[in-house]
Amino acid sequence: MSDIPVFDATHPAPSPAIPTTRRRDGLRRITRALWFRRLTVLVILALAWELAARWQDNPILLPSFLEAFAAFREASLNEGLLLAAAASLAVLVKGYVAAIVIATVIVAFAVANGFVRDALQTVAAMLSPLPAIALLPLALLWFGLGEVSLLFVLINAVVWPFALAALQGFEGVPETHRLVGRNYGLKGPAYVRQILIPSALPALISGMRVGWAFAWRTLIAAELVFGVSSSSGGLGWFIFRARNELYTDRVFAGLATVILIGLLVEAVAFRGLESATVRRWGMLR
Amino acid sequence: MLAPTIEAAPQVKPDKPLFEARGLTLDYTTERGTVRAVDAVDFTLAEGERLVLLGPSGCGKSSILKAAAGFLAPSAGTLTLSGRPITGPGPDRIVVFQEFDQLLPWKTVLDNVAFPLTASRRKKKDEAREIATAALRRVGLERVLHSYPHTLSGGMKQRAAIARALAASPDVLLMDEPFAALDALTRLQMQRDLLDIARETGLTLLFVTHDIDEAVLIGTRLHLLSAHPGRTITTLDVSAFDMRDLGTAAFETVSRRVHAALFGGTGGEP
Repeated sequence: MSDIPVFDATHPAPSPAIPTTRRRDGLRRITRALWFRRLTVLVILALAWELAARWQDNPILLPSFLEAFAAFREASLNEGLLLAAAASLAVLVKGYVAAIVIATVIVAFAVANGFVRDALQTVAAMLSPLPAIALLPLALLWFGLGEVSLLFVLINAVVWPFALAALQGFEGVPETHRLVGRNYGLKGPAYVRQILIPSALPALISGMRVGWAFAWRTLIAAELVFGVSSSSGGLGWFIFRARNELYTDRVFAGLATVILIGLLVEAVAFRGLESATVRRWGMLR
Repeated sequence: MLAPTIEAAPQVKPDKPLFEARGLTLDYTTERGTVRAVDAVDFTLAEGERLVLLGPSGCGKSSILKAAAGFLAPSAGTLTLSGRPITGPGPDRIVVFQEFDQLLPWKTVLDNVAFPLTASRRKKKDEAREIATAALRRVGLERVLHSYPHTLSGGMKQRAAIARALAASPDVLLMDEPFAALDALTRLQMQRDLLDIARETGLTLLFVTHDIDEAVLIGTRLHLLSAHPGRTITTLDVSAFDMRDLGTAAFETVSRRVHAALFGGTGGEP
C-alpha cells in the first residue's frame, strides 16, 4: 500500500512533472539531431582554430578563423573568388557530362557483349589505383596547356568508376523485373528505359555521386598546376596564386569554397535526387 | 510407371482447346551438359478451365510455366495459344510470380497495374488507369492506389499483382506458386478470393504449386508430374471441390489419393 503515491500536500500531484520530462525529451531529440551535432563540431573546430591562431600569432602561417572569414567575404566580393569558382564549375560540368555520355555508350556495349564487358572491367581495374591527376603530365604533353588537358583528366576520373557502377547496376537488375518487362512485350529501347534504367537507378546515382567527387578533387588538383585560361583561372589556381602572394587567409577562403561547393552539390543535388526517386520508392534506405 | 490409383479425368471433349502443349520437352544447358527438365508432356486448357500443374520440386512445373509465358523455348514439342505457336513473351499470357518484387518499386500501385496496358500500347494512359482502378477495387486495394509497393504487406503485393494480371485481361493467366511466400492465414484468404474472381470472370488459369490442398481447391483439373525429369503421372478432375469442402472427408480422400499418386503408397496413408 505504501508504494502507491498518495496525493496530499507533501506529495504534489504528478502533473507538474510532465513538462519537465517533455522538456528533457525535447532537448535529447535536439542533441541527437544530425544538424545539431554537425553544427557543434563546426563550432568546436572554429574555436580551436581561432585559439591556435591567436596563440601561434603568425597570420602568414596560420591566419585566425575570423581573418579567414573576412578574407572569404572580401575575396567573394572583390577578388574574383566567385568568378574562379564559376570557371571551375563550368569546366567541371563540361567534363562530367561528356564522361557520363561516354561511359553510358561503353556500358551499353558492355551489357550487350561479353568481350567488351571484360575489356571494360580490365581497363577500369588498371586505372582505378592510378589517381586521374597522375595523367596530367601526359595530358599536357599531348594537348598542351589548356582546357583540353583538364577535360582529358576529368573525363578519365569519371568514366571508369561510373561505368563500373552502372555495369554492376544493370547486371544486378532482379530477374523478376526483367521477366515482368518481357512479359508485357517490352523490347529494345522501351525495355531499357522502362525496366533496366529505373531498376538500376540506385547504382546509377551512386556511380554519378562517386564520379562527381572524383571529378571535383581532380579538377582542383589540376588547376593547382595551371589555370583554366589566362583570363580567369579556376579555384585551384586562385588558391595557388594566393599562396604565392602569401595571402594565407585567401588560401583558406579558397579551400573553404572548395568544401562548400562539394558539400552543396552532395547535399542538394544528389540527396535531392535520391529522396525524389530511390528513397521514395523504398529502393534505398 | 506407377499404376494410377485414381480414375483418370473424364474425357470431357473441350469444345475449344485454348491452350495446348504437345510433346513438350524442355532442356537446360549447364556447364556439365544438358539437363532434361520436362519430358514429352501433353496437356490442353479449355477456355474458363483452371489447370493446376502439381508435383514435387524438380518436376519441371515452373519450367513449363516459363515456356508457356515464352521465356523458355521448347527443345521439342509445341505450345500453342488459340492454334498459334508461342514464339516469345507477350501480354496475352500474363504471369503472376511468387516473388514480391514483381511489382516495380518505382511505380505506384495504380501505375503498376496499368503498366501492362500502357507498355503494350493497347490503351491510353487515362483509360488504362480506369481499368487498373477497377481491377484494384476488385481485389480490395482501393485504399492504396497511390502508394508505392514497398509500403505494402506481402499479401497486398500479391493482390496488386493479381489485379495487374486481371487488368491486362490475358487469354491465359499464368501463376507460379503465387501464394507460397505468404503466411497460412493470408494464403487461405487469397485462395478464397482468387476462386471468387475466377468464377466471376471465368478466367482461364494455368497454376503451378507443390501444395496438394491448394491444387485441389484452385483447380478444375490437376496434372500430376513426377520429378527428374518431369513426366506426366496422371490427370484428374477436381472441379467439384471448393473452399467449403476444406476439411471434409471427401476432400481428405482426394488429397490422400493425390499424395499417393505423387509419392507412391496405397493411397490410404498420407
